Amino acid sequence: MTTKAVSPWRNLWTRFCEDRIALGALIVVAIILVLALFAPLIAPQDPYDLSGLSLRDARRPPGFVGSGGYVHWLGTDAQGRDLLSAILYGLRVSIQIGIFAGAVGLVIGTTIGILAAYHRGMAETVLMRIIDLQLSFPPILLALVLVAVLGQGKAQLIAALVAAQYAYFARTAFGASSAERSKDYIEAAMATPLSNMRIVFRHILPNAMPALIVVATVQVAYAIALESTLSFLGLGLPVTEPSLGMLISNGVKYMMSGRYWISVYPGIALIILIVAINLVGDHVRDILNPRLNR
Amino acid sequence: MSSFLLQRILQGIVIMAVMSVIVFAGVYAIGNPMEVLIPPEATQDVRLRTIARFGLDKSLVEQYFLFISNLFQGDLGQSYIYNEPVLRLIGNRLPATLELVLTAVLGATFIGVPLGIYAGYKPESATARIIMAVSILGFSVPTFWVGLILILTFAVSLGWLPSGGRGDTVEVFGIDWSIFTLDGWSHLILPATNLALFKLAIMIRLARAGTREVMLSDAVKFARAAGLSEATILSRHVLKLISIPIVTVFGLELASTLAFAVVTETIFSWPGVGKLIIDSIKNLDRPVMVAYLILTAGLFVTINLCVDIGYAVLDPRLRRGRAE
Repeated sequence: MTTKAVSPWRNLWTRFCEDRIALGALIVVAIILVLALFAPLIAPQDPYDLSGLSLRDARRPPGFVGSGGYVHWLGTDAQGRDLLSAILYGLRVSIQIGIFAGAVGLVIGTTIGILAAYHRGMAETVLMRIIDLQLSFPPILLALVLVAVLGQGKAQLIAALVAAQYAYFARTAFGASSAERSKDYIEAAMATPLSNMRIVFRHILPNAMPALIVVATVQVAYAIALESTLSFLGLGLPVTEPSLGMLISNGVKYMMSGRYWISVYPGIALIILIVAINLVGDHVRDILNPRLNR
Repeated sequence: MSSFLLQRILQGIVIMAVMSVIVFAGVYAIGNPMEVLIPPEATQDVRLRTIARFGLDKSLVEQYFLFISNLFQGDLGQSYIYNEPVLRLIGNRLPATLELVLTAVLGATFIGVPLGIYAGYKPESATARIIMAVSILGFSVPTFWVGLILILTFAVSLGWLPSGGRGDTVEVFGIDWSIFTLDGWSHLILPATNLALFKLAIMIRLARAGTREVMLSDAVKFARAAGLSEATILSRHVLKLISIPIVTVFGLELASTLAFAVVTETIFSWPGVGKLIIDSIKNLDRPVMVAYLILTAGLFVTINLCVDIGYAVLDPRLRRGRAE
């Protein structure tokens, strides 16, 4: 039997599609991304435009027809904001922060991990000891303290999230690339006059990429959850750009009196987003785990 | 074994020293607590005297060494806000946090591990799929959100359980505990469930992943060939073989749950250490922050040490390998 060489990415995609739940989750993620990206076109109201809000519409239940003449499908919040619009815009903020924090963490962590694996010796010992030390510390505590140190704002929040998360990327990059590093073909490549950069970027990095992508998806979801937790505790973003976490936190005081929708709907949006991302990441991890391959 | 232990203890001491410098310098960088402590209308004289009283006129290095020498005398400083020794402040609230965390982690382990083993034993069954769905939910859904839903369901809608506070306590060994009263349990159960859900998800995943790998191993094949029942294989052999990562995670999770309790305690107004640290971050109460962080770091180091010892006890290969 002759087998044609199939690119690993194509192979991954074929096997990914075998699981219907994971495929469904991927579609959900795609839909949410589209909704968030085109929020200004889809949302019935611009929630940042304070002049468009009326206090007469405040805290109305789902299905209420407000002074704008349209139906508030998910009700309104304490400022009379249409919740559906607020959620769509909130998704934008949350996703933006999650992807940003994930990407920066990926770059920093991968650099550290590959450096340690490639150079071995002292670099490996020192860098990986620091990473291990940090991994034993809960990220939420680190983020809490950093947000307190750095103050509030988008950049500060992302910095805190990156600091809380980059170590996971470093561990993964180190594990994947030190496995590659000890293979013969890398030894062979190092014996040729190829530059270190070329070996790292053309040979080691592509082989470490699949594992890193799994970590990245999970970490983006985690960054979104962490951000919403910080915002909920009142240590996240400034009020001007409410993320999903802040929308939830705004509604808590009305929850006890039965006005559940102000907190519950943003929360459901948050959970659908995080669960969908995690389902995708989870399935890719199972595919890539060589010990489970039949 | 003893050289391995000694090496680990030395490592722990070095880590603690480094952590104390990082924490002290980090917290020192946060704002100026004088703005909180001194009323804006105070005279220059009062200002200077207050600054001197808190030792804030000294350099960072001097303050650090003063802090360390006090630390060894069991004095972690005085809270700016409560005007009480930090150690007593934390000590008074620690039992509340401890009973919450222990209930949550123990509950999560004793429920999560059997569920995970089952899910790994029969990965294709419907029950396993449901267990995994629960674990993904527990893993994904933010703790604060679960807390809110628990309150909304069991306190607001159904009215079965109180929404916050600690309830009646009983003094045992001079410390107030809620776990010995019925009212205490009714207050404990919601926050403990809230805190446990994330740990439950981790335990299920760990036990499942471990079981799936161990079930394919030769050890299990030989056990089957020897005619052992499946129940014996699972409870005697598989459980033992997957126990190493579970013990590690149990230890680490115990410590990280203490940190995560911050969120749960805020939602359920549980009067523990977590609420104290959030308040002290908001009020720039430096001594409380430093003390909390250093104590937490110390706890992590101690737990890591215990986990290492636990390894050596559980895995004879490791014991022999280190001794040689």
